[in-house]
Amino acid sequence: MLAQIEGSKAIAEAVARCRPEVVCAYPISPQTHIIEAIGVKVKSGELAPCEFINVESEFAAMSVSIGASAAGARAYTATASQGLLFMLEAVYSAAGLGLPIVMTLANRAIGAPINIWNDHSDAMAARDTGWILLFAESNQDAVDLHVQAFKLAETLSVPVMVCMDGFILTHAVEGVDLPDQENVDAFLPPYVPRQVLDPDQPVSIGAMVGPEAFEEVKYLAHLRQLDALALIPRIATEFSESFNRDAGGLVRGYRMEDAETVVIAMGSVLGTLKDAIDLRREAREKIGALGITTFRPFPEAAVADALRSATRLVVLEKAVNPGGRGVLASDVALSVPRSPLSSVIAGLGGRPITRASLEAMLARAASGDLPAVTFLDLDEAAVAAERARLADVT
Amino acid sequence: MTRRPIRFYQVGSFAVGNRLLEDEERTVQSDAKRTNSIDSGHRACQGCGEALGARYALDAAMRATNGQLAVVNATGCLEVFSTPYPETSWRIAWLHSLFGNAPAVATGVAAAMRVKGRDVRVIGQAGDGGTVDIGFGALSGMFERNDDVLFICYDNEGYMNTGVQRSAATPPAARTATTEVVGPHPGNVFGQGKDLPRIAMAHDVSYVATATVADLHDLEAKVDKAMSLHGARYLHILVPCPLGWGSASSDTIHLARLAAESGLFPVFEAEHGVVTSVTPIRRRVRVEEYLRRQKRYAHLFATEPATDVIARLQAMADANVARYHLVNDETANSDLEA
Repeated sequence: MLAQIEGSKAIAEAVARCRPEVVCAYPISPQTHIIEAIGVKVKSGELAPCEFINVESEFAAMSVSIGASAAGARAYTATASQGLLFMLEAVYSAAGLGLPIVMTLANRAIGAPINIWNDHSDAMAARDTGWILLFAESNQDAVDLHVQAFKLAETLSVPVMVCMDGFILTHAVEGVDLPDQENVDAFLPPYVPRQVLDPDQPVSIGAMVGPEAFEEVKYLAHLRQLDALALIPRIATEFSESFNRDAGGLVRGYRMEDAETVVIAMGSVLGTLKDAIDLRREAREKIGALGITTFRPFPEAAVADALRSATRLVVLEKAVNPGGRGVLASDVALSVPRSPLSSVIAGLGGRPITRASLEAMLARAASGDLPAVTFLDLDEAAVAAERARLADVT
Repeated sequence: MTRRPIRFYQVGSFAVGNRLLEDEERTVQSDAKRTNSIDSGHRACQGCGEALGARYALDAAMRATNGQLAVVNATGCLEVFSTPYPETSWRIAWLHSLFGNAPAVATGVAAAMRVKGRDVRVIGQAGDGGTVDIGFGALSGMFERNDDVLFICYDNEGYMNTGVQRSAATPPAARTATTEVVGPHPGNVFGQGKDLPRIAMAHDVSYVATATVADLHDLEAKVDKAMSLHGARYLHILVPCPLGWGSASSDTIHLARLAAESGLFPVFEAEHGVVTSVTPIRRRVRVEEYLRRQKRYAHLFATEPATDVIARLQAMADANVARYHLVNDETANSDLEA
């Protein structure tokens, strides 16, 4: 069903069609519109049997989801930024317990300085938690990824986080093809937990494990992530057969056929990037883009394969690893160790990444003039002034 | 080897499985059909009050719910000693996630059971650290929403699992590894206290009760009462810790009784924020009698006893006695005045 709809409301529609049974959340911008819209659906009885629980913190939101999922309910929550950090201990716990919770992360910067706008710093904090992290390029993509996320999570008994750019996607109104209930029902069977808290067949979930078996437990979780790398493309194929459109998968190339320069990126910036690439292509430059949909587990083989004939790599990302290159850049560099690679940090704290900036950056890349690490669109004068002031002090 | 005759002797009216009692008055523990929620063979210390309290509380809850019970455990001694890999002592549906989130996890379990249309009751449980400190926000949230969870705090007055450090439930003057017996004010500070039963009452929840492992029938009755109600409920059980308190492992029950009889630990029930019953003190003792048996207070009884500190602790006990009207028979005070 086509709808002109805000991204957050579209996510609420998609999640509702996945028939969640317990939704628990704590409000944080820019996630609020998602949980508000789901809250209305639960309170009106539209999603019955489903409970919506307002809690006192994100830590509680993830913890309630853990309890609900362990007791056999399909559990969903959403957060962003500081909220993800506040619940992080429980985020690890959900993965360790193998609970297939689905969470939307409305990507937002991390303070200090406090900043409510979009970048990917929050997701980077969750990259080693054992959750699967999917990045949406558009609102359509975000909707479709949520439907796939429940299936992926429940097939593997691993939690899945769907990352979508805060405000840029969550608050953008655009046309979205919302999946029909009957199609979702056919695609996503009811949740059958691998183990469940049940007095009739009592088990101890979350017992202590010492040095004698902890490494094996973690290795098995590692193997589960490798299983995910095989399953994600299969679920994407199944999705496209059921819904007649492509979404999901590990990576997605754009104009990669003969590309010598490839820009690797995640999330909504891919839209602007594709426009910039189109313009460079008109100037007969051999350039393409590689969108990373599955960020965790990192699809090393798929990335290496997609980049095998590229001679120049630019990793454009909205997160910073102070003192080093970008986090995604490091992952890409490990996948294609011999390719020259520039790490471009851009769009921090919601700074717009314009087509003009990207074009200028691509021109520099083409002329081999892009340093190992670049912060895009810096106010050089402000930085120089502050550096000079600090030099005076010290 | 000479055969020792079974001695049927009476230890007040608090004795467990007292064979002189009629069947219906005996504790469920002497019934071969008891649920044995936490099985023997776990790794609690000898004389552990928490293991005893948990066994009685959960067996009583299993009885009250006809076995339809799920338990969420915070990190702590109880979790560690009951589930060392690859073993578990739990014969009930049991879930552990983190130290500070047991009340919220319990809320999630209760919600799932409702959604699934199952009449399964939920208990959350933690030590005092997981309740009054790190789990406090989650617990208050659970109370405020009136989620259908009984939360039980097994209070041994410190972080015993990590090596006896101070918690907000550690009493003034008590020695812990982080309130050592050094400096001008040895032991824990005299703070304002963090009286969780009263904080729970301030949330107006349907049921709040305190109990000790010295009166197990009373504990069982309170669990029974709690499980007859719905919504958020709170049970605070004093469980002496031989390791942390520096007491003899054979003294656990005795110390729990002295805590109540001194007035330092008032035993009462409250419904919707109003105290409805108290366990009266039959033979009141001075706090010294309780303190002297624990090494964590040994510095108060050095060559020069810290009479000022002891007096402040006595004043706390007196305040409890007055607040909860723990003494309704003046003869109970006779020892105290002597």
